[in-house]
Amino acid sequence: MIAIPGKTIAEKILSAHSGTDARAGDIVVADIDFVMGQDGTSPLAIRALERMGVEGVFDPTKVALVIDHSAPSPLEGVSALHTVMREFGKRTGAKVYDIGCGVCHQLIPENGHVVPGDLMVGCDSHTCTYGALNVFSTGVGSTDGAAAMASGKLWFKVPETMRVTYTGELKPGVFSKDLILYLAGQIGADGATYMALEFDGPVIDALSVEARMTISNMAIEVGAKAGLMRADAKTLAWYEGRSERTPAPVEPDPDAVYARTIEIDASTVGPQIAKPHSVDNVSPVEEVEGTPIQQGYLGTCTNGRLEDLAIAASILAGRRVHPDVRFIVAPASRRILLDAIEAGYIQTLVEAGAALVTPGCGPCVGTHNGVPSDGENVISTANRNFKGRMGNSNAFIYLGSPATVAASVIEGKITDPRRYLG
Amino acid sequence: MSTIRARAFKYGDDINTDYIISGKYKFKSADMEAMAVHAMEDLDPDYYAKVKPEGGILVAGKNFGMGSSREQAPLVLIHSNTKAVLAKSFARIFFRNAINTGLPVVECDTDLIDDGDELEIDLEGGIVRDLTKGVEVPFSPLPPVMAQLLADGGLVEHFKKHGGFAV
Repeated sequence: MIAIPGKTIAEKILSAHSGTDARAGDIVVADIDFVMGQDGTSPLAIRALERMGVEGVFDPTKVALVIDHSAPSPLEGVSALHTVMREFGKRTGAKVYDIGCGVCHQLIPENGHVVPGDLMVGCDSHTCTYGALNVFSTGVGSTDGAAAMASGKLWFKVPETMRVTYTGELKPGVFSKDLILYLAGQIGADGATYMALEFDGPVIDALSVEARMTISNMAIEVGAKAGLMRADAKTLAWYEGRSERTPAPVEPDPDAVYARTIEIDASTVGPQIAKPHSVDNVSPVEEVEGTPIQQGYLGTCTNGRLEDLAIAASILAGRRVHPDVRFIVAPASRRILLDAIEAGYIQTLVEAGAALVTPGCGPCVGTHNGVPSDGENVISTANRNFKGRMGNSNAFIYLGSPATVAASVIEGKITDPRRYLG
Repeated sequence: MSTIRARAFKYGDDINTDYIISGKYKFKSADMEAMAVHAMEDLDPDYYAKVKPEGGILVAGKNFGMGSSREQAPLVLIHSNTKAVLAKSFARIFFRNAINTGLPVVECDTDLIDDGDELEIDLEGGIVRDLTKGVEVPFSPLPPVMAQLLADGGLVEHFKKHGGFAV
């Protein structure tokens, strides 16, 4: 008798949503629990829907458009795109999160639009963020998004899965951002192309839900379709009060088949830096320490959450941002901004010299609110450091954890955060 | 449509979506014809001027289209008169977006092809012919779902034709 092998999280979620026995390599048409678009991609999706001749959306409670990438609008052309989105929301009943609400990848889980076990697509590559919450969430283009909005369905190639196990424990001054940058350095920017990632191990279990989202957020930076984790008691506690739906957590089978397994001893990982101009150009912070910087950026869908602001505030408390550095802070959502005000983090950061901007994506994607000048170096908590990413192809973007950014803006040069943490 | 003939314009590995069309232009215009003049400009400021008049085939190394989900990336290539993209491998969102918008993408060995070579792609037969060198490079044709979408002229046309997914 031939034993039938078990399934990965990706295979299980795609099986449940397609009513088939989905295995890696199969092509399935699956039911979608939620569809999201942002202001860089929704206008094209709305146009695709019009060209399809579709009037409404399959279920207005399962579609949200988020105005975050260029918000508030810096240009009249952008204002016109935002108007198209607002009018679409009024016409179809789809939820529109307007300027100031925050970054799409914070708002969708924060407001309970998806729960563990769901399948969702978003017209933004970092939609893989909610894999940390046991949601098969993946980035698609505007036309795929339009098809999902119209029909509530989309076709998928069931991905193979690469399992990444983090053993040992994190050293002080090292954060989940360092873990995912380290992985990118190890496997490269195409190391998991066409695959799902499953992250597990004692280090993941010990991380907060917020810190786990940082890791899943960057699954796309190694080419992956999803960055999945199990839902545990922390995940379920995080969801309390956010959604009326019942989570349906999905575990991988013990005998699931993996295309590749990687084990990383987190005890050996120190603070990491991704150097210009690619996310996999990674070094330990010691190798680039002393590189002068002119701008620091704390925020984005990767590291704009409350815990990230708390880490930066703990380092900047009673200190000043270097006079030659602009330090831009963008909380990932309005709720995070309010919580950070209440906790005193915003006061600390602003007193230290931070320039606070509206919750959203502007500086990361180069649309406004912090475009660097020619030849300048930026240290950022974002997920991408491509040439031109922040709006100037003659600038240089380094990526690090919130602690590394906070330490660096004090010194005016890339700095090992361990010098500022007990 | 099943045979494409044009000159090769060759670039390297890991060409990301910001190279194809920088994020800073994404909000400046919804007019892809106007945006296409900026296609590939950080890698090659003359790309549009070179490709637009007679069309071209963009040839690259591994991981073409890494990065953003922006559909403007395949659209500006289409509007710059890029007839197809050949690469050793593609980032998956770009690959889907290309098929959805009607840009042929072919995964094959591109080492033999040089900038300026005259190419002919037989999409159904799975062969790239380098007419300059007189060599043939085989490739695996698209999975049936994607071949159907491309043959229908992209996902919008597929939906109009079939009233939903017919795959």
